[in-house]
Amino acid sequence: MAPQNNSLLELSCVSKYFGGLAALSEVSLYIKRGEIYGLIGPNGAGKTTLFNIVTGLYRLDEGEFNFDGIAYAHCKPHVLAEAGIARTFQNIRLFANMSALENIMVGRHVRTHTGIWGALTRNVAARAEERAITQRARELLRFVGIDGPHQTLAKHLSYGEQRRLEIARALATDPKMLALDEPAAGMNATETESLKTLLQTIRNSGITVLLIEHDVKLILGLCDRIAVLDYGKKIAEGTPDEVRRNQTVIAAYLGGEAA
Amino acid sequence: MDIFLQQILNGLVQGSVYALVALGYTMVYGILGLINFAHGEVVMVGAMVALTVSQLLLATGLPPLLVLLIALMVAAAACMVLGYGIERIAYRPLRNAPRLAPLITAIGVSIVLQNLAMIFWGREYHAFPQLLPNGLHTLGGAVINDVQLIIMLVALLMMTGLMLLVHRTRLGRAMRAVAENPSAAMLMGVDINRVISVTFMLGSALAAVAGIMVSANYGIVHYYMGSILGLKAFTAAVLGGIGNLRGAMLGGVLLGLIESLGAGYIGDLSGGFFGSNYQDVFAFFVLIAVLIFRPSGLLGERVAERA
Amino acid sequence: MNLGKFPYCKKCNAWRVFAVLAIVLLALPFVTDALLGRGWVRIADFALLYIMLALGLNIVVGYAGLLDLGYVAFFAVGAYNYALLSSPQFGLHWPVWVVLPLGGLLAGFFGVLLGAPTLRLRGDYLAIVTLGFGEIIRIFLNNLNAPVNVTNGPQGISMIDPVQSGGISLGSTQQVFGITLPSVHLYYYLFLCFTLLVIFVSLRLENSRIGRAWMAIREDEVAAEAMGINTRNIKLLAFSMGATFGGLSGGLFAGFQGFISPESFSLTESVMILCMVVLGGMGNIGGVILGGVLLVLLPEALRNGAGPVQQWLFGKTLVDPESLRMLLFGLALVVVMLVRPAGLWPSTQRRRELSDDDDDVVKQELESVYGSSK
Repeated sequence: MAPQNNSLLELSCVSKYFGGLAALSEVSLYIKRGEIYGLIGPNGAGKTTLFNIVTGLYRLDEGEFNFDGIAYAHCKPHVLAEAGIARTFQNIRLFANMSALENIMVGRHVRTHTGIWGALTRNVAARAEERAITQRARELLRFVGIDGPHQTLAKHLSYGEQRRLEIARALATDPKMLALDEPAAGMNATETESLKTLLQTIRNSGITVLLIEHDVKLILGLCDRIAVLDYGKKIAEGTPDEVRRNQTVIAAYLGGEAA
Repeated sequence: MDIFLQQILNGLVQGSVYALVALGYTMVYGILGLINFAHGEVVMVGAMVALTVSQLLLATGLPPLLVLLIALMVAAAACMVLGYGIERIAYRPLRNAPRLAPLITAIGVSIVLQNLAMIFWGREYHAFPQLLPNGLHTLGGAVINDVQLIIMLVALLMMTGLMLLVHRTRLGRAMRAVAENPSAAMLMGVDINRVISVTFMLGSALAAVAGIMVSANYGIVHYYMGSILGLKAFTAAVLGGIGNLRGAMLGGVLLGLIESLGAGYIGDLSGGFFGSNYQDVFAFFVLIAVLIFRPSGLLGERVAERA
Repeated sequence: MNLGKFPYCKKCNAWRVFAVLAIVLLALPFVTDALLGRGWVRIADFALLYIMLALGLNIVVGYAGLLDLGYVAFFAVGAYNYALLSSPQFGLHWPVWVVLPLGGLLAGFFGVLLGAPTLRLRGDYLAIVTLGFGEIIRIFLNNLNAPVNVTNGPQGISMIDPVQSGGISLGSTQQVFGITLPSVHLYYYLFLCFTLLVIFVSLRLENSRIGRAWMAIREDEVAAEAMGINTRNIKLLAFSMGATFGGLSGGLFAGFQGFISPESFSLTESVMILCMVVLGGMGNIGGVILGGVLLVLLPEALRNGAGPVQQWLFGKTLVDPESLRMLLFGLALVVVMLVRPAGLWPSTQRRRELSDDDDDVVKQELESVYGSSK
């Protein structure tokens, strides 16, 4: 599987150890521009580790990690956010005591520039930028379907709204790739369905999506390609149909858990 | 060489006291994630109570060692009640409050205790009666007296006892469980409030012992002694990794050694520019240096072991 | 407190409230002088100084969520900067408009110096390091009288020049438009100006890209960094901004007092400033001001009350009034926090600024906010 020209993210032979234990060993994969790429595997398979490497929370021990043609093996999360990788968290991490709108406005930080001087003088540029930030934040709130008063503190939003607010906050950073860590966790069927529509809309707007999910039905119905991890190794990759038929996957994953 | 040995000995004595007080900080921190800023004042109250009791009893002509024993027990009991009360009044109602709220009540409590002590015992320095034999021993060129030997011995005993309690008893297991995950511990049937109360009482009893040791060592008691000692002990607890019992002991002894060696050698090290009055600066620099390389203290990462 | 915000509507009462507040603040020293005596004007001056300090610390603790227990160090840096450059100590008498900003800058630099090694530390580890930093500065001030006498050690520096410029000194009574203004009154107005400046800066920062980044770090540092905030720089910025305010107030303090010594910069002062911030309501400018005023006035009121009330109740002084005063003060801290754990005036119902050309949305939002009450 040679990386292709239109790939946005490439991992080659990435390994990560925790005290001698390989959480990931020699995983290689690539994600094409504009696709929804799914990552599945049993608990402890290394999904979140891989996810944290891609978003800069962990440093990889071996291998290479390229994003949009540039190597980012040992970068901090904010550098990767600037490079265009935005993420959400498995257990929601919103800025609880800030309003829904402000949460998204924070997301604009990385694409805006007003410093102390602009903040103090409120010059023309600063005001214009602030207006643009507010404007964009409102659009994004509407986009993810949070219609209530914008001033509601994030902690007072419903669970589903909080999940969607996290996505909106990530989108505010103008990402090239949106990385979602189990976005459907804890959602009911209706909420999951609307999440699915939302992700498709996001993809159609040209943003690549990396998705970790336990909900196999969601991932098979949504993703263009899927990688399956088990014990830190990639055991299969391909379209949903290919993965569904893959014997190794059935044995190691579907068989093991569905039994 | 004998000066070096002397400084080491002094450092160990001072460090044992720090370690005992630091244990109180670290136990409370381990369980509640809270800096008990009033802990230093508990030490002071312990010393003051012991002072009053021993003054009263010495007047009756009881033998000094017995007086010391009774004073120790009374002081420990008083401090346990005090620790229990502080937790009930100032911390328990704020368990789910913003993080800094209990910090402010702690500061409030320590101001209250300090001024109560000033009202009861006055502003002046009190001489602490000599209750222990005071023979001098020479040890490879260094001098150590009985009080200092006893301090180290008692500190060692108390720490061993505490470790046994935390790791070998039912109560200790409950303490570790609450430290690890309070809600899970509660679901498993641990009475969290009781465990927390007991933790405060244990810490306060150790504080009382420490208070008496310092007083016996220097022969002086003062209403302000608690804040400085408390500050040092807190530094020690952080140095070792706050929340970790072994860390508190290690941190305490290390801080004692650093201070003592710093006081002895800082002049030589800086070519006479800094005198021994910079010993606290030295201690804080070491602390900062340690935290830069190990942001959670020397033993801080072994979270599973905290009590 | 509408200084830094765009007005929500032009017809609001805000300006009327403003006008009343302005008159009260301007008249305060005269009224206080007439009713309570000149000593209380001096206390008002100190209240303003502490408000500035508390607002500075509020940036670090309230906005960025970094627990700083050594804040008084920056106050000390500003004060000693002023004292060394405008006193007979070195025979220097630099102009105040050089010395004051220099003090702010120097303190800001110290803020970065302290911030840099503490970036990886969290919560209570940060608290002890900042505390240590404060103590280090104090010990140096206490001991830098030998071998070279810089700070004059524990004796402190006296005969510091008052704040003066162009032949007008705030250290002595001045006639302005035919009104006689004693020194304390003059300083009151000077401090008031600076306090308003600090409030203005705080408000503007709070409602800005930088302010939001601080709060994001306070709420969740990991998430903030994942959203592209360079937490290192933004934290350092918070430290240095807070420190600058501290340094500025320090310079004013030195000029006002004419004498400073290391004693004024003890840990107790740091703790007191922190209490103002937390007790008043972290992160809320109004709350912090309230905290500052209360914590300056309360001990003074108790000082004046503790003795006479005892006399009146028992016919004699039973308890040392000084101890009693601090005792009650400590009790007040505990009681207030127990009753209002988030502070007297917490910042929950903050209403955010809205862009001024977005009127229909403004109306909608105002309706949604106030809709229930109408």
